[in-house]
Amino acid sequence: MSALHGAFARARAERRAALVGYLPSGFPTQAEGIALACAMVGAGVDVVEVGLPYSDPLMDGPVIQAAVHRALTGGSSVAHVLGTVEAVAATGAPTLVMSYWNPIERVGVEAFARRLAAAGGVGVITPDLPPDEAGDWITASDAAHLDRVFLVAPSSTQERIAAVAAATTGFVYAASTMGVTGARASVGGGARDLVARVRAVTDLPVAVGLGVSTGEQAAEVAGYADGVIVGSAFIQRILDAPDHGAAVAAVADLAAELAEGVRRPVAAAPQTYL
Amino acid sequence: MTFDLDNLGLLPADSPVPDATGHFGAFGGRFVPEALVAALDELSAAYAAARTDPQFLAELDHLARTYTGRPTPITDVPRFAAAGGAAARVVLKREDLNHTGSHKINNVLGQALLTVRMGKRRVIAETGAGQHGVATATAAALLGLDCVVYMGEEDTRRQALNVARMQLLGAEVIPVTSGSRTLKDAINEAMRDWVTNVADTHYLLGTVAGPHPFPQMVRDFHRVIGVEARAQLLAEHGRLPDAVAACVGGGSNAIGIFHAFLDDAGVALHGYEAGGEGLASGRHAATITGGSVGVLHGTRSFLLQDEEGQTIESHSISAGLDYPGVGPEHAYLAQVGRAQYHPVTDAEAMEAFGLLCRTEGIIPAIETAHALAGALQLGRELGPDGLVLVNCSGRGDKDVATAARWFGIDLGEGA
Repeated sequence: MSALHGAFARARAERRAALVGYLPSGFPTQAEGIALACAMVGAGVDVVEVGLPYSDPLMDGPVIQAAVHRALTGGSSVAHVLGTVEAVAATGAPTLVMSYWNPIERVGVEAFARRLAAAGGVGVITPDLPPDEAGDWITASDAAHLDRVFLVAPSSTQERIAAVAAATTGFVYAASTMGVTGARASVGGGARDLVARVRAVTDLPVAVGLGVSTGEQAAEVAGYADGVIVGSAFIQRILDAPDHGAAVAAVADLAAELAEGVRRPVAAAPQTYL
Repeated sequence: MTFDLDNLGLLPADSPVPDATGHFGAFGGRFVPEALVAALDELSAAYAAARTDPQFLAELDHLARTYTGRPTPITDVPRFAAAGGAAARVVLKREDLNHTGSHKINNVLGQALLTVRMGKRRVIAETGAGQHGVATATAAALLGLDCVVYMGEEDTRRQALNVARMQLLGAEVIPVTSGSRTLKDAINEAMRDWVTNVADTHYLLGTVAGPHPFPQMVRDFHRVIGVEARAQLLAEHGRLPDAVAACVGGGSNAIGIFHAFLDDAGVALHGYEAGGEGLASGRHAATITGGSVGVLHGTRSFLLQDEEGQTIESHSISAGLDYPGVGPEHAYLAQVGRAQYHPVTDAEAMEAFGLLCRTEGIIPAIETAHALAGALQLGRELGPDGLVLVNCSGRGDKDVATAARWFGIDLGEGA
């Protein structure tokens, strides 16, 4: 059983959802970013996604764009990202990389997989690499014993969901809504339906991302999914904080709120028909 | 191949590439968020049905003739060739005479008709020089579609006139302030809009790049350029050209004119990339000659990137060529050796620009001027028996301010 699978299994045994937190590496600086990610883990985040900053993040909304821009301006590199992974993985929390495809292909698919595994990383989420184009990555991730997390979306057909799930290991990332990353007033109503459609074709855990920012929303998503993914909301807290100390406190505070949320899953409301 | 006067609008290529999944050899494909896969499948299916639907072809043909002004003529430019020291004959394919001033309208009308067929009410587009934005705004006005155009803030300054044109046509122009504030960032922003609004929105991509089926579909809509020119040369000059020259940013006008000549082994195909301040300066947009293989904007091709795969900002005096990627079919043609690609600097392009203005009374787009500079070089190499066909892809009205600054003409703009 992979470390990732273990984290979801533990959460399931506790009758709750796993909490997955995202931060880009190198934001605001590499050292501060590591401290912030460790603070998330300390306050209840089960799994960490370390973002690999990329010049053209076309799946990301303005908040993550701003953070990534700052990381790149600060001299982010693949070596820094792997250093971040190593430091965060040392907390014991399974740590993945979230990366657009081109940087991985440029560094070398096999080399990247090897280096990530050596740094203690457990897998990669690839938002712009559908399984159809992932032949080399599937080979390399298998060889390095890394999990590969592909995404499904509300627009995915059942055939696509089956194909994506078949290529996925670790967990299936369900994008709650059609759109880019960022906090939303409500998590897409299609998320519950999407999770059900994924469950119909796989036993893998299903985690929901895009738009979750509060404990309330985490509780709601925990009512039907195995994992709750939060990114932009953490970054917004960091952007709003006056200094590093305040940022650490704000991130821990939000992590605690979300961790509490995933521990009181809201049961599915009975369907009402008017 | 004969010139089919019954079908000016869309001439789907009988081409071995791309394959069913959009690959041109090692290039192309679909590197997109899963959320867009359904829309790309829908688009592929709609296009596959339309390209053999007589009613769709008749509509497009009608628009090509009565709205765009096709067929466009070819023009012999002997004074330009002589002044440029080219002994060979140089002939222009006059896409600059199309409605809206460039070849871009060929593709835009095709995709706009497809948008209506798919039942979508809104189109979005990216634009660099503004030509594709203007063409999209034009088609949207014609067909009653809502239109939003994303344009890098830097480009909205360089091409203020085209911004005003789009607004006059009823489009909303959104200046993009992220990244390098040019075409690549406009594409990022358009993709973000599309993934959010895909249910009622078509992304009317303006070049032969992006995820499948865009490189194939946009190529097919522009293929009329080469098919016409080939037939016109045979009719008016009794022969095929020795070489075809076109500028290459994303590469739509070049693919459009190249494609009809792919099977003519005696016809050399030359693409001219924006060499900016020279390849050695690092300030250029010469993707094939100065870049490396990678994935950008949904497709695998050549691009300008650093050692860790971060996109490097491109530079060119021409906003329309100022793009760090290139269409995957050009990467394929370069790799198999069917077409050659060369950089042309800002200075070389502007010299050819000035020459065509003064010797032939034609003000070309600065993008086009890169092909004109290349054609003069080809014309010098080929000698007096040579014949060079150049895609005069656009007119230079939009570039008057840039050219005036380059040549030191006082526009009375004040300090």
